[in-house]
Amino acid sequence: MIGATLLIALTLLSIVGTIVIKGLPAMSLDMVLKTPRGGFYLGKEGGILNAILGSLFLTGGSTLLALGLSLPVALYLNLYARKGSPTAHLVRLALDLLWGVPSIVYGAFGFTLMIAMGMKASLLAGIITVTLLIIPIMARAMDEVISMVPTELVEASLSLGATRLETALRVVVRQAFPGLLSAVLIAAGRGVGDAASVLFTAGFSDAVPSSLLDPVATLPLAIFFQLGTPFPEVQQRAYASAMILTILILLLSGSARWISRRWIRHVVK
Amino acid sequence: MDIPSLDTPRCEIGDTMSTHISVENLNVHYGKAQALHSINMEIPDRAITAIIGPSGCGKSTLLRTFNRLVDTVEGTSVSGSVLVDGEDIYARNADVTRIRRKMGLLSQRPFPLPMSIYDNVAYGPRIHGTPNRKDLDAIVEKYLKMSSLWEEVKDRLHEPATRLSIGQQQRLCLARGLAVEPEIILADEPTSALDPVASQRIEQRFKALKDSYTIILVTHILRQARRLADYVIFLYMGELIEHGKAEDVFSSPKEPLTRDYIMGTIS
Repeated sequence: MIGATLLIALTLLSIVGTIVIKGLPAMSLDMVLKTPRGGFYLGKEGGILNAILGSLFLTGGSTLLALGLSLPVALYLNLYARKGSPTAHLVRLALDLLWGVPSIVYGAFGFTLMIAMGMKASLLAGIITVTLLIIPIMARAMDEVISMVPTELVEASLSLGATRLETALRVVVRQAFPGLLSAVLIAAGRGVGDAASVLFTAGFSDAVPSSLLDPVATLPLAIFFQLGTPFPEVQQRAYASAMILTILILLLSGSARWISRRWIRHVVK
Repeated sequence: MDIPSLDTPRCEIGDTMSTHISVENLNVHYGKAQALHSINMEIPDRAITAIIGPSGCGKSTLLRTFNRLVDTVEGTSVSGSVLVDGEDIYARNADVTRIRRKMGLLSQRPFPLPMSIYDNVAYGPRIHGTPNRKDLDAIVEKYLKMSSLWEEVKDRLHEPATRLSIGQQQRLCLARGLAVEPEIILADEPTSALDPVASQRIEQRFKALKDSYTIILVTHILRQARRLADYVIFLYMGELIEHGKAEDVFSSPKEPLTRDYIMGTIS
């Protein structure tokens, strides 16, 4: 057990170490504050503001969309569907299968969808694709969290004359809140770090998008493209980009922990 | 005083009590297992009715048929009828939410809602349409006083309910139930998780409340039933063995099984 823990800690440490050591020299304020300028691919000037903002827009949009679809699904599975109902079983099976589908398949599916709808690679197409990618993760994680809510708590609310919907929104969501938040975060983390699903659908752009229909850059793709160049300076910038992505995820999960710690005092154990 | 209307006839139990709930030929199955076998009985209005019997005899199941929590469990089937104020709550068009509003529930372990003390009591009234802060303040104070919790919590109404001791939580659950203005209080072994002092406070509350509410108490503690009950229902293996006024059942039980249970030969 200690060995396994150490191995994981070491792996994490070496990944973070590599990113920091290789990325730090290329880190600068320009990196986070400017969009790429003339010959960025040659590693001269500017930053990756386009990719940072692009990733934030894309992840923010798709996380919100996925939340709007996943929470009702999870509440339905636990409070409305009868236990052992074939529908609930089928939905859970479908979500589990979709969880395992590689993200490049979502990318291809999103691409087909995009063509069928007559859209170009854009922020919107990217958001839709990433939403599809993270729904199974979010819905299934929420399903697990909500199934942990004590039955007696649901009964307490019902016996006060609350409807199932009131019970779901006012009691179950509150009780499960810290867990629901981490479900959202796990999904957002997957969304922000995924490159393959946005490869065909979000496009890439040196500019910050001004509308949903503009193509948009993302951090994982920026890293992918930067690493792909033959120039060492640009490759170094890839590590800096990776560092920014890591810090972003750290901030995301740190703030979520903070919020859920503040909330946990209300939770009935 | 309200006068019983003509369409809700109340038959008499004995000479002084009138019926609040009557159960007719009630059968409950969990899947293939039968939990209750054709129960017929009446529960008196504004009195404490104790449902006693050994564990697993169907006490809690019977209690949960009254507010239809029993049919939230998978694979349960209920036949027969339960009339509350003369209205069959198992009728096809029965309004379950309205029926549940008539009854407050206290469970074995208190389950405060995941919110503040104030919001716990205000939960029911808010749902049922009292949004006004002033009215809510008055309601919260009234029912916390009625469950004798007010003095202990009046300065920390907005703290999470989970900070209270378990005995205080149970009284909070009582206040929460009372705040929806029910007619009936269903209590499922409400003191089983509490220490003797906290249990005693709950029992005192029940005695004080029985003039205005019909209280149905499931208990496996015979002494508690003796202390509190006006009317007693004895169940054994899902069958109703005996029911009647507490003094009659305890002093001169008609059935040998009841006698054995009261004497402690079976448990």
